[in-house]
Amino acid sequence: MSEHSPRPARFRLPLAGFLIVLTGICWREGLRFLNQRGRFLSALVRPLVWLFIFAAGFRSVLGVSIIPPYETYVLYEVYVTPGLVAMIQLFNGLQSSLSMVYDREVGAMRILLVSPYPRWYLLVCKLIAGICVSLLQVYAFLAVAWFWEVELPRIGYFTVIPALLLTGLMLGAMGLLMSSLFRQMENFASVMNFVIFPMFFASSALYPLWRVQESSLTLWWICTLNPFTYAVELIRFALYGQFAPLPALVVAGCASVFLAASILAYDPSAGVMARRGGPETAK
Amino acid sequence: MTARTGDLSPPTVPEAGVAALDVRGVTHAFGARKALDDVSLDVPAGSFTALLGPNGAGKTTLFSLITRLYDNRSGAIHVLGFDVRRQPAAALSRLGVVFQARTLDLELSVLDNLLYHATLHGVGFRAGRRRAMELLAQDGLADRARDRVRNLSGGQMRRVEIVRALMHRPRLLLLDEPTVGLDIASRAALVAQVRGLVASEGIGVLWATHIIEEIAPGDRVVVLHRGRVRANGTYEGMLAQTGGEDLSAAFLRLVDDTGEAAA
Repeated sequence: MSEHSPRPARFRLPLAGFLIVLTGICWREGLRFLNQRGRFLSALVRPLVWLFIFAAGFRSVLGVSIIPPYETYVLYEVYVTPGLVAMIQLFNGLQSSLSMVYDREVGAMRILLVSPYPRWYLLVCKLIAGICVSLLQVYAFLAVAWFWEVELPRIGYFTVIPALLLTGLMLGAMGLLMSSLFRQMENFASVMNFVIFPMFFASSALYPLWRVQESSLTLWWICTLNPFTYAVELIRFALYGQFAPLPALVVAGCASVFLAASILAYDPSAGVMARRGGPETAK
Repeated sequence: MTARTGDLSPPTVPEAGVAALDVRGVTHAFGARKALDDVSLDVPAGSFTALLGPNGAGKTTLFSLITRLYDNRSGAIHVLGFDVRRQPAAALSRLGVVFQARTLDLELSVLDNLLYHATLHGVGFRAGRRRAMELLAQDGLADRARDRVRNLSGGQMRRVEIVRALMHRPRLLLLDEPTVGLDIASRAALVAQVRGLVASEGIGVLWATHIIEEIAPGDRVVVLHRGRVRANGTYEGMLAQTGGEDLSAAFLRLVDDTGEAAA
């Protein structure tokens, strides 16, 4: 056995390399997105169905009184639009995570994890890539909604960007955390149904919370504890050029917790992969 | 030690006496099941070392630790002198891996797969494209660069995976049973390709296999069985150690638990 002499400990990854890694991961996510045209179509059609059919149908049944950020009565379609934007991000966040499970199942995840760049950074890059894709979907949806008389203040199309980044980070990190817990796509796909629908329905996406409180205090509590509610409200206010501090704080806090937990889950020394047995777990 | 740049820097020649890979006293368990038990081995720079072991011997677990998919909790693993756990960036930047399971993105083209890998190692698109085309041309795959991986044969996919592992100019190449599922001709071509790399580039290679025909006289051989190293030396030394007439016989004696004393 040959002796290994101690080597100088100074080795720093070049800063430019971090940018290259981010570009590469976003580029690959973009390619995958373009290759999966069905994914883009379904991401667009899903909220439009809600807007064109559900919201139009309920327009006369559900009245929305003047609540902030609205300064006047609004059509129900206008009210649900922020919720549908958040829904796009929710689906996209979990879909990106589904691709992580797929990558792990087929082994491609290993290629990401053996990069010399810090694992937390690689995961953040994956999240950023997912957020970029979700922004494309959101703006495509808002463009179509505009023709459906959902006309938002022009400034709102810009002020919503930071809100979308934050909510995308929270929902993506949540999906990332979930993806670390599942080995197979089938398991993850079925769990998605137990996450997406309860989160969406038990929130302020479809009805204002005061109306929920009138009908069920329990449901109101559930909605109040649901982070998705705050994501919806953050987007709602941002679309009208306003900043909502409490939703921003909750979303930022949840994003930090989910991100920290998912980084821990993928950590080579403390992560679930190291504990759950067999190398096949880490594929 | 200088940091690598986004562009491809020339290969760093290992210092004399520094092994490409040095594994010492590594034990790893999944719960109560011990997958590796006090494993020590080394791969000198510019050598072809075969890691021979039956299924379940612990080869893949060892690869997972070397590539830091998870950390070794005992012992030490050094790549070109860098501790994988304490200096992972330095160690992983010198490491190329071909995993047992195919890890190419079937929906992307050959070139896109290679570029994606290059960027994960901090190599920019322009330099990555140049390197990819150079390696594909050397391997006779240049005309398949734009093809989707899905349309390649199993042997071609493996060759692309080797090309991918070389994109960032590693000094140590790990291959985990790369010939599984390949026909005889593809297998022979793959072995020849990797041996050629050892000769031409001076890369240290650790080739995990359970196929004895892939090992040639003069190779270094490490036999792993039930998580323990049963033999570690040269092909010829192993024959002398076990008294076997060929490597198959020597291997069977080494992994036969009743003949443990032979190790």
